[in-house]
Amino acid sequence: MAILTIQILNSLLYASVLFLIAAGLSLIFGVMRIVNLAHGSLYAVGAYVTAWLVGRGIALGVPLGWLFLMLPVGALSVALIGIVIEPLLLRPFYRRAEEYQLLVTFGLLQILEDLMRLVWGGTPLSADTLMDVLPILRVGGLFYPAYNLLVIGVGIVAAVILWAAIYHTKFGVMLRATSQDRRMASALGLNVGLVYVMAFGIGCFMAGLGGAIVVPTQAAVLGMGIDALVIAFVVVVIGGLGSLKGALVGAVVVSFVRTAGIQFFPELELAVLYLIAALVLLVRPTGLFGTA
Amino acid sequence: MTTDAPPLRNRSLLKLVAAAVPVLLVLIMVPSLVGTYQLQLVIYGLIAAIAALGFNLLLGYTGLLSFGHSAYFGVGAYSVAFVVEHLGPHSMEFYLLIGIPIVAITSALFGYICVRHTRIFFGILTLAISQVIYSLALKLYWMTGGSDGLRVPRPALLLGLLSFSGPQGFQHFVRSYYYYVLGIFVICVILMWVIVHSPFGKALQGIRDNEVRARFLGLQIRRFRWISFLVSGTFTGVAGILWVPLNGLTTPDVLYWTFSGEIVFTALLGGFRNFTGPIVGGIVFTYLKTYAVASTEYWQLLLGVVLVTLVLVLPTGIVGAISRAGQRLSRRKAAT
Repeated sequence: MAILTIQILNSLLYASVLFLIAAGLSLIFGVMRIVNLAHGSLYAVGAYVTAWLVGRGIALGVPLGWLFLMLPVGALSVALIGIVIEPLLLRPFYRRAEEYQLLVTFGLLQILEDLMRLVWGGTPLSADTLMDVLPILRVGGLFYPAYNLLVIGVGIVAAVILWAAIYHTKFGVMLRATSQDRRMASALGLNVGLVYVMAFGIGCFMAGLGGAIVVPTQAAVLGMGIDALVIAFVVVVIGGLGSLKGALVGAVVVSFVRTAGIQFFPELELAVLYLIAALVLLVRPTGLFGTA
Repeated sequence: MTTDAPPLRNRSLLKLVAAAVPVLLVLIMVPSLVGTYQLQLVIYGLIAAIAALGFNLLLGYTGLLSFGHSAYFGVGAYSVAFVVEHLGPHSMEFYLLIGIPIVAITSALFGYICVRHTRIFFGILTLAISQVIYSLALKLYWMTGGSDGLRVPRPALLLGLLSFSGPQGFQHFVRSYYYYVLGIFVICVILMWVIVHSPFGKALQGIRDNEVRARFLGLQIRRFRWISFLVSGTFTGVAGILWVPLNGLTTPDVLYWTFSGEIVFTALLGGFRNFTGPIVGGIVFTYLKTYAVASTEYWQLLLGVVLVTLVLVLPTGIVGAISRAGQRLSRRKAAT
């Protein structure tokens, strides 16, 4: 029983991180119609920046409790990168064919991956001090770090805030209007350029937050972003590209399948995930909750 | 219309032959001009050109952007490795004989699934399916050697007439293999030229430009896309088959989706709106990557910057830019 509980908690932990990545990817696609291949790399940047900041903080003797502030700071720095990238690199491509948008974000992915290597080197960067600050809980006869529960909590809070922002604020109305008809929204006096920057910034913030909260549980390594992107694709394909509910359901499905896969069929765990994605695309091209 | 078409086609064929003959002569001369290492690079370039040529039938002529062509390259490479492992004969013809049907069947199967979608969903679906193959190659290590990959020894060429061992074996192999690959490259180019200029190729271009009109003309769109996918995957698979004996090793890296990205990059670099674009792109990309890797540890950064600049400044690629400059020049000449 205790093992089952821990497996479910682990699945939720993974789902929470996946949701943050996939929701950002989905939000960016929903509003801007761009599939951002560099999204996983932005998640990795979030992890690296946070781990680096935590490391600096420890070296400077900052009280351990304060180091938790580094998590939002890491996420915000990724959002800042996004706000710079969107007008500089993506804006020239909205009127051009989708192929070019994919290519330019693929180029961005290559650049970001190597910049991370340039700045932080090839050795993994860890921030597990944060995990040790929080107590370890007893679940049945087994131990479970309280930090993991914090991650799950952050995922849930992020989902609620995002949902409230999109469906219950004026900004959300602007986002949805732009997503449905860019030209019409513009004709009604919306500053579409600003909405795009905001949407891309929020999407990047989500990816960065995912990286920031995951890095105390596992070190930041090169290539983590590229792997994460492909899994995030599986999530949004299952849930539906551009749908918030889809990202949530997709993340939960993927993480439970993956946890079960690691337990029962470790060789086929990834293949099964991709197969599920391919099957969903075949049966329901727009995913379970997609409309596009 | 029909009376005009043949002379026009003959003229473009004539132009192609006139351009191809000097290039071919230079390519035949290459081994007597350069050393083994450079020759190896040219072979890799030709192989990349075959892969990109196949890829471009989908992107340039059918209008479908595949982000999973690494699967067919990798399946070609791995099928050769399995032949070596389980069937024995180290003969290049045997590799091709076994490898081509395997690649064709794989692309037929995957294509059948993928062509149900277009645009962005086609891209994601091809990517997802190629990742299935990747993760299988990575995880089924008792068959594929996992991330260590599988070794492929030097094969004999031309039904065992040429075999390579002894101290100078590798140099001799590279030299002969160059002509071997060049021969297959020429066959592939001619074949692709015929396909693209056939009624079938014209139908693909019609579908690319306006799907609704093509459907009104009675074309079975999905079937055309499927056959295009099949041919495209097979060409890229042939490139994989040719690549592995030269490389001597196949690892899951050639199945990973970033390798698909490199194939896309190659086609775009040369220009996917031109027939010769992917060929030029394949050769230029091979040199670009080799020198980027040799000169800096951060070669990926360099390639990324080149890609972004290319997409921003030269969307029609090298060949597209050259042909446009040529047109402008001749127009200016005609004006004066």
